[in-house]
Amino acid sequence: MSTTLHAEPSFENQVADLQTYLLKFARLQLRNDTWAQDAVSETVLAALEMPRAFGHRSQLKTWMVGILKHKVVDALRHHKREFCVAQANEDSDIDPLEFIAFKADGHFAELPAEWGNPEAQASSRQFFEILEACANQLPASQGRLFLMREWLELSSEEICNELNLSTTNLYVQLHRARLRLRECLELKWFMKGPAP
Amino acid sequence: MLGAEMVHERASAVIPFRRTCKQVAALLIAREDRALALQHRLALRLHLMACEACPRFERQVLTMRSSLQAWRNYMAKGEDDEQTAKLRR
Repeated sequence: MSTTLHAEPSFENQVADLQTYLLKFARLQLRNDTWAQDAVSETVLAALEMPRAFGHRSQLKTWMVGILKHKVVDALRHHKREFCVAQANEDSDIDPLEFIAFKADGHFAELPAEWGNPEAQASSRQFFEILEACANQLPASQGRLFLMREWLELSSEEICNELNLSTTNLYVQLHRARLRLRECLELKWFMKGPAP
Repeated sequence: MLGAEMVHERASAVIPFRRTCKQVAALLIAREDRALALQHRLALRLHLMACEACPRFERQVLTMRSSLQAWRNYMAKGEDDEQTAKLRR
């Protein structure tokens, strides 16, 4: 029987409440406030045009994140020229692999640390905050490409097609992004964080 | 431009399955975004069997992989669900 009368916020209010949440991810992926605001506005509009009864707030959230991902891909496609130009001079020529100490013969100078299992720890929320901060510290174009792989879950081929990028270029950027992220996590979580 | 990757293409022309740790680290990172050629997969396996350091690096890369997957789920469902998920555990 659907006769419950507790004061649930209206659908419109629920949608509006999610804006800040969505904006965080749009910013992280797009690295541009205006584009991020636009993608979120379009997502909210799409949600309002299709009001339906969501049993639980988290269902609405999941659904809106899904729409946001589509809007974000549209924005990336639309602005690809602007960030391909910026990309060339934002990163040094040094391969981050050079920041790991190797001996002259190519062997590790010291054993890589055992990281353990961060998600099994009580403070997984803190860990995810560090992960986001590290992703946000990547040079903008590397961050975008990396999150296209890891948040939008696009394949390397799809990314190259969407952005007219050569695979060599993409692989170099992802190689650097992943090594930088590894370094950042090691410094900010595995060495300083709660006991591993 | 690919740095270690390029070096290792040249080296592999001389000794087909021999890789340094540095080359193996580059391959382990590359494996996250593309399928490696058979000869690289084989060289990787042989190196990982014999090396003490590289399996540790591989575990770091795999931890990053699973953390990113967990993060994706966390972002999709949002903070609300975290408490409920923990209670269920």
